[in-house]
Amino acid sequence: MTTTDLHRLTGAYALHALSDTENTAFERHLAGCEACAQETAELSATAARMGLAVATTPPAGLREQVLRRITTVRQETPGRPAQALAARPGPRTRRLSRWALAACLAAATALGGTALWQHQEAEDARAQARRAARTTDGIAAVLAAPDARTRATALAGGATATVVVSRGQDRAVFVVSGMTSPPGGKVYQLWFDEDGTMRPAGLMDPARSDQAVLLRGSVDGASGMGITVEPDGGSKEPTSAPVAVMTFPS
Amino acid sequence: MKEAVHIGRNPSTGPALEELLAQVALGDEDAFAGVYDAVAGPVLGVVRAVLRDQAQSEEVTQEVLVEVWRTAPRYRTDRGTAINWILTLAHRRAVDRVRSVDAAAARDHKAALLDRLPEYDEVVEHVEARLEREQVRRCVRTLTELQRQAVTLAYYRGLTYREVAEALALPLGTVKTRLRDGLIRLRDCLGVTA
Repeated sequence: MTTTDLHRLTGAYALHALSDTENTAFERHLAGCEACAQETAELSATAARMGLAVATTPPAGLREQVLRRITTVRQETPGRPAQALAARPGPRTRRLSRWALAACLAAATALGGTALWQHQEAEDARAQARRAARTTDGIAAVLAAPDARTRATALAGGATATVVVSRGQDRAVFVVSGMTSPPGGKVYQLWFDEDGTMRPAGLMDPARSDQAVLLRGSVDGASGMGITVEPDGGSKEPTSAPVAVMTFPS
Repeated sequence: MKEAVHIGRNPSTGPALEELLAQVALGDEDAFAGVYDAVAGPVLGVVRAVLRDQAQSEEVTQEVLVEVWRTAPRYRTDRGTAINWILTLAHRRAVDRVRSVDAAAARDHKAALLDRLPEYDEVVEHVEARLEREQVRRCVRTLTELQRQAVTLAYYRGLTYREVAEALALPLGTVKTRLRDGLIRLRDCLGVTA
């Protein structure tokens, strides 16, 4: 194809009317032809206007489906090397959700923990209730703190995690739902991330896919948290790559 | 929360789509809901114009919107407005889909293709969308018959220029030229700048 021919392809290109090979040839040409690039940008924008003109009303259910789907899709991170196991960064600082969480936890306390976590086995309920009684006060205090900040993150495997931090209380709560079980004999261990140094912050209950955990220790000095799979009982330092890392809400 | 988001060039009180997209690039799901409300209608419209089939169109629309979420960090304002970026993506994906499946049967009815062009959804009540539709329709009328047919077959039906040439029984070179000068005339009529 001659250069003159390529010049004339701006319209067909903007309309996606070229074959794949022609498309590639044209894009190569575009890189070195400023006038073509300008014209192509304008004609693409013109095509988009044709698109706007046929806007329609999407069915009601579509919105919910799309909004649900994106919670499981990790975003690209340009300019930074992709961290294979890192959770999608999700700065979604909201102050409202802590009230919802606090309400859930209040219900859990009242009902011995069985109402909130549907997958919990009945025989665990009493042990859970005892543990909940010890920690729920701490959890509730964090969630209800005036300075509580939350950040929701989609984890690999479809789980969703929310971390709630109160700098005033110097405590953080990790709430997760839909977490897959750790491999047999293993547990999920939580860590405070202090500039890449991991400080142990407690274990998750391996039997529960949904739970709220009050992180053990002070938030001070930590910029985020991580989760690793560790042998039963936990480790002093991570022995495996994190399944997720999250930055604390600012 | 349903807030009017401004997607065109006219001043409006809503946040610009570009601003929302910048928040989406940081993982803000609430901002993405705003982007959805602003662009889902146009995206579905574009995809459905090309694919015709409602179920497939909704499927591709979902894919496009998820791709917007996924690649939002890559979007750069110096490469055009957010709505252009999104609708270009939507059209590309619709075209990819229509060319990947055997759409020969549907495309055989070229007379029917020409007959029903373009499809403007009259039930859209959103004022901005209606104005846009009227403006585009008015400008499409300023094209020559060949320009109009070529441009609309390519854009609204997702035909390649070779298929357009075949449908209109025109030489390839003529179609290339009509696509370009047709779009240029539309650009000038609509006052599009890049």
